[in-house]
Amino acid sequence: MKKIPPKKKIVRACYIFLALFTAILFLAPIVLTITNSFMSTSEIYSNYGAILENASGDGKRFISKMVNLKLLPDMVSFSQYKTVLFKTPDYLLKFWNSVILVVPITVFQIILATLASYGFTRCKGKFGAVVFFVYIILMMMPYQVTLVPNYFVLNWLNLLDTKWAIWLPGIFSPFSVYLITKYMKRIPKSLVESARIDGANEWQIFSLIYLPTSKSIITSCVILVFIDYWNMVEQPLLFLSDQDKYPLSIFLSRINTKDIGMAFAVAVIYMVPGLLIYLYGEDALVEGATYTGSVKE
Amino acid sequence: MAFLSPSVLGVAIFFVLPLFVVIYFSFVDNPISKQYVGFDNYVNVATNMAFNMAAKNTFIFSVIAVPLAVVLGLLLALLLSTDLPLHSFLRSSYLTPLMVPSASVVLVFTVIFSYNGVINKFLQAQEKDPIDFFKSSAGLIVIVTIFLWKNLGYNMILYLAALGSIPADLIDAAKLDGAGKWKIFCEIKLRYVAPMIVFTTIFSLINSFKIFREVYLLTGDYPFETLYMLQHYMNNTFSSGDYQKLSTAAVLMCIVMCIITVVLFKLEDKYASDLEAE
Repeated sequence: MKKIPPKKKIVRACYIFLALFTAILFLAPIVLTITNSFMSTSEIYSNYGAILENASGDGKRFISKMVNLKLLPDMVSFSQYKTVLFKTPDYLLKFWNSVILVVPITVFQIILATLASYGFTRCKGKFGAVVFFVYIILMMMPYQVTLVPNYFVLNWLNLLDTKWAIWLPGIFSPFSVYLITKYMKRIPKSLVESARIDGANEWQIFSLIYLPTSKSIITSCVILVFIDYWNMVEQPLLFLSDQDKYPLSIFLSRINTKDIGMAFAVAVIYMVPGLLIYLYGEDALVEGATYTGSVKE
Repeated sequence: MAFLSPSVLGVAIFFVLPLFVVIYFSFVDNPISKQYVGFDNYVNVATNMAFNMAAKNTFIFSVIAVPLAVVLGLLLALLLSTDLPLHSFLRSSYLTPLMVPSASVVLVFTVIFSYNGVINKFLQAQEKDPIDFFKSSAGLIVIVTIFLWKNLGYNMILYLAALGSIPADLIDAAKLDGAGKWKIFCEIKLRYVAPMIVFTTIFSLINSFKIFREVYLLTGDYPFETLYMLQHYMNNTFSSGDYQKLSTAAVLMCIVMCIITVVLFKLEDKYASDLEAE
């Protein structure tokens, strides 16, 4: 083995410390949420009741009681989960609302985007380039801009306050088209030429060459789109007036102050789908990044 | 082409065509009488206090949060690329916050930053004055923290990918020539990462406009004025049903975003073609 000079060793130790420290900071909010979900309702109130007092106080404020953030519960209890799962169907219904809104958006946005990306990749000429540029501009537009045109169309089609109001703009959102197209443009044209000679038609070129090769970027997009919509707040606030149709992402913030005694359990339940998808797709996310926004075409 | 049409049709119906209606509404007095009023609506919105406050807050947030996300993401990637032990554990921990819905962790952040929360408990123990994060300009610290927490991981893996694409012999050759670490970073790594820096800027900028979510989840419909974002303004305008104002504000933001987009993509092209010219 090569001898490492002591100065380098110290630098390395510092790097490791820094990296681990950052990792702990990043994981802390998640770990705390999980461990705190196993506290009994009364323990939650005695530890965090203070933030509720604060919320109701107005004018002169003085600190009478502080929160007591604890990593581990005094006694492991499943009472929060029991309350959520068996006594208050409201939260499960909101969870179901989230599923029913987000899954179709993710599935159909990815299908449409994959087809369109192939179209853009194979499309030569000015028209394709202009349309693709429009997609890029739209991708950059924040909700503050796009929700207004969406609203006018939905209003005109009489779809406000229905699931379609959330589904349709989500499905046609051009976000993943950009990423997938960039990736597909890197697939060598020679593959297409030889497939042509073998008599493959467009659909076969798409499904047998482009689709399998782009698997990692498509998985990346599934993850990014899913989590973005799982997190949605803006659209339901504006397009759904019936609060019974709200997804849990909005509803959770109302629980936080009202039913703090079980909020951690609801929060954990809401985290699970995202984390499961991440476990399944982390490698694809990393691999997809290799060509995302990458240079040589 | 058959592959393009479903997507193009949907984009046209839900985004592009109604955008023209939006532009039209921004030039009339109201949707019923439809009198042309020139730029009156623009003057009204541009001089509106709430709009200005929201635009200023959103601008300040993006100007602070986006460069931090871009630079710290790169530092994190450089740190990870030094062959640390537990490499994949570290990478996963930085990336996990991306996959956790904000609504789930808002409670923990409330406990940390609230007036009688963890930070003020600490400050009190040090006999310092408590900070009222949600009702002062210090609120910016909270949302920048949450933004970085969520977004640094993805920026990091984008940079890791770009760093990984640097040909190893290029660095070896530079080392043989006696180039120091700093020189290698400036002259080789930075050049290869440059297009990715532009891309992460684009990506972080898109995400910075979604900070409304966290602000909303933390403080509701009516936050303290330094946390009042453009989306709050739009929500209020939606609920008052003022189509002209809504349209005008959307058009104004659209123009600003178009300019930023064109500049950023030109930059990306430039750095990318610099590399190809090798």
